[in-house]
Amino acid sequence: MRFFLLQANDVNNAANYLPIGLQLLFAIGLIATIIVLSDWLGPKRKTADKLQNFESGIEIKGNARQPMAIKYFLVAILFVLFDVEVIFFYPYAVNFRELGWSGFAAVVVFVALFITGLIYIFKKGALKWEE
Amino acid sequence: MSRPVQFNNHVKFEGIPEGYMGEGFMATNFEKVVSLARKNSIWPLPFATSCCGIEFMATAASHYDLARFGAERMSFSPRQCDLILVMGTIAKKMGPILRQVYLQMAEPRWVMAVGACASSGGIFDTYSVLQGIDQVIPVDVYVPGCPPRPEAILDGFMKIQDLVNAEGLRRRHSDQYKELLAGYGIQ
Repeated sequence: MRFFLLQANDVNNAANYLPIGLQLLFAIGLIATIIVLSDWLGPKRKTADKLQNFESGIEIKGNARQPMAIKYFLVAILFVLFDVEVIFFYPYAVNFRELGWSGFAAVVVFVALFITGLIYIFKKGALKWEE
Repeated sequence: MSRPVQFNNHVKFEGIPEGYMGEGFMATNFEKVVSLARKNSIWPLPFATSCCGIEFMATAASHYDLARFGAERMSFSPRQCDLILVMGTIAKKMGPILRQVYLQMAEPRWVMAVGACASSGGIFDTYSVLQGIDQVIPVDVYVPGCPPRPEAILDGFMKIQDLVNAEGLRRRHSDQYKELLAGYGIQ
């Protein structure tokens, strides 16, 4: 057993991994060569029709990369915020009696913070859709 | 108890193209190698609009098994496809769409019109149906039938393979081919 371990120690130096390194290099090189060769040798016909986006053969209508109004993002993110606030009410509703007045005070503080935020949003005009 | 297993003993091998062979090497015609590779790895694009498409589904399924011909990779984007199989009635409104799909296929490309409707309009001899897809794109092989049996589709596919094998590397640069495409108004 000891003899076997000694042998393993001898095998574990960096030079012995050279064949594996060579094999990796060869594998990567072969794939790169094949990709470059097929691209270079393959027939091509670059016409305006062919290079158009493929939309199942139907005439293309504009580009999908259009700027969107920031209002969509604002409304979506504000919805998520208040939605999460409402989710916190569920565990509170379940433990309503046990938590007593101190629990009620905590929730009032929590809601008050959000209401302050809501007032800020309205003052800033983030929810005015027409502007 | 083990079930008796049957293996497919009828495996067909492609012949080695003729060339100069020595120990550990072989030299042959580049064109032959390319043709051999191309004809045995045709990627089809099924453009199925009606009942011939159902026959094609049977052709692609296990019993008739189109994959035996190296065509298991169906694609519904034309970008990597070699062969468009047009199966079914092509209405005149569908014509430009078919043409656009054909235009966006990879080079070189082949077309197979499967069934009477795609080949000639079939029984739909009316104002709204294209009387054969060769009015909008050049067709290589026509498969008759209404609808054709899977065997007929396979036969058509083998005819396409023969065409691909005989294609060579220069045909698509020839004046004749350019004239053909210009006849369809294709760049």
